[in-house]
Amino acid sequence: MSHEQESKEGAERRAAPKPAPVPSGDRAATSSTEGSTEWPLWEVFVRSRAGLDHKHCGSLHAADAKMAIHMAREVYTRRQEGVSLWVVRSDQIVASDPGDKDMYFDPMEDKVYRHPTFYELPDSVNHM
Amino acid sequence: MYTQAMDTQGRDEGAGDKPVRSVEEMQLQQRFDARIDDGGFIEAKDWMPDNYRKTLVRQISQHAHSEIVGMLPEGNWITRAPTLKRKAILLAKVQDEGGHGLYLYAAAETLGVSRDQLLDALHSGKAKYSSIFNYPTLTWADVGTIGWLVDGAAIMNQVPICRCSYAPYARAMIRVCREESFHQRQGFDSLLVMMRDGTPEQRAMVQDAVNRWWWPCLMMFGPPDDQSPNSAQGMRWGIKRVSNDTLRQKFVDATVEQAKVLGVTLPDPDLKWNAERGHWDFGAIDWAEFWRVVGGEGPVNRERLAERVQAWDDGAWVREAAMAHARKQRVNKEAA
Repeated sequence: MSHEQESKEGAERRAAPKPAPVPSGDRAATSSTEGSTEWPLWEVFVRSRAGLDHKHCGSLHAADAKMAIHMAREVYTRRQEGVSLWVVRSDQIVASDPGDKDMYFDPMEDKVYRHPTFYELPDSVNHM
Repeated sequence: MYTQAMDTQGRDEGAGDKPVRSVEEMQLQQRFDARIDDGGFIEAKDWMPDNYRKTLVRQISQHAHSEIVGMLPEGNWITRAPTLKRKAILLAKVQDEGGHGLYLYAAAETLGVSRDQLLDALHSGKAKYSSIFNYPTLTWADVGTIGWLVDGAAIMNQVPICRCSYAPYARAMIRVCREESFHQRQGFDSLLVMMRDGTPEQRAMVQDAVNRWWWPCLMMFGPPDDQSPNSAQGMRWGIKRVSNDTLRQKFVDATVEQAKVLGVTLPDPDLKWNAERGHWDFGAIDWAEFWRVVGGEGPVNRERLAERVQAWDDGAWVREAAMAHARKQRVNKEAA
């Protein structure tokens, strides 16, 4: 599961109950957080130790950013899983559309020359 | 725990086979089936059959409800834990259960239901939670026994879901399973101390707790395979990976050995090693009791749900105040 793929989940939360392939902006229309009594949804990213990326690890409901950070600590780092937290409102995440996956990502499939292994060099310099 | 969800809500009508389907929908279905067959994952925004979505919402939310309601029987003992060490352990465990409920609610929400809808279903009695939490925790030994047996059975159930085809659920389960092992071990440890160093009364208390929890734990795996009509579809979809009876047998086999170490007797005169099968045979389970408990007539169904509803209602002013505060902060910031 790639990092990028995981973090997309955020934008997927508010998908309509029957999400046909829809553009990533769909949540604005279906978001029920405004006017609802439900606390807004936040995506949580944890840096597990210095030197590593923040990685998406889940989501939670919180009234505001300060509370979201506090809750993230309680929910996602009870066993020292992190040294740093990011939270971002789920409805602020823009994601690519899985319906466009082939069109979007397949063009890279035949560009093998972008990888170092494409080039066969003489043994004596092959560690290059 | 999860296996009950497929069995306690009746059968799905027609498994989504609407008579008329568009060509596009059939292509999507084929692609979905192929991905399941390849052992691939389904992500939240991918196309999925309506019944796959419905089944998952039901199962994941019931699983979440079980974690949250499961805080009650043990929470009851936090103030009465015999030592500071046991109190700290129990607090951590109950907090974990709350966390597990939150991971699972979040996974269910990716399917397009809101947290409030899920909680409404629990509070109105429309959604179920595991039958096991409708039994009372009468003594301190019940707390250790829940850790050893109830969490032990839950782990058996949950490990296969780490490979569930629905990726957000699988990811939540990986996190849950990683934490759950501590729950079972602390329970066994607590019982072991009483059995090894305790008074005759304390040892009798442990045996009594095991007597009361053993059969309800076996019921946690859900009805026998031949009475589990939704299981086949769950297996086809890669939501369920191992059958109820297989998991139950695995649990019995593992637990018999642990009971010996502990020095307690499992309350089943028919429990016997079967060399031919390579498994322990065990006696008949009282399925009438199981269905009674699922139907709301267990020893403490009403108390559990009432306590849950009251906690939610009592918290309403906190939720509202937090939102009002957030709004005010926003307005102040915009004004500044």
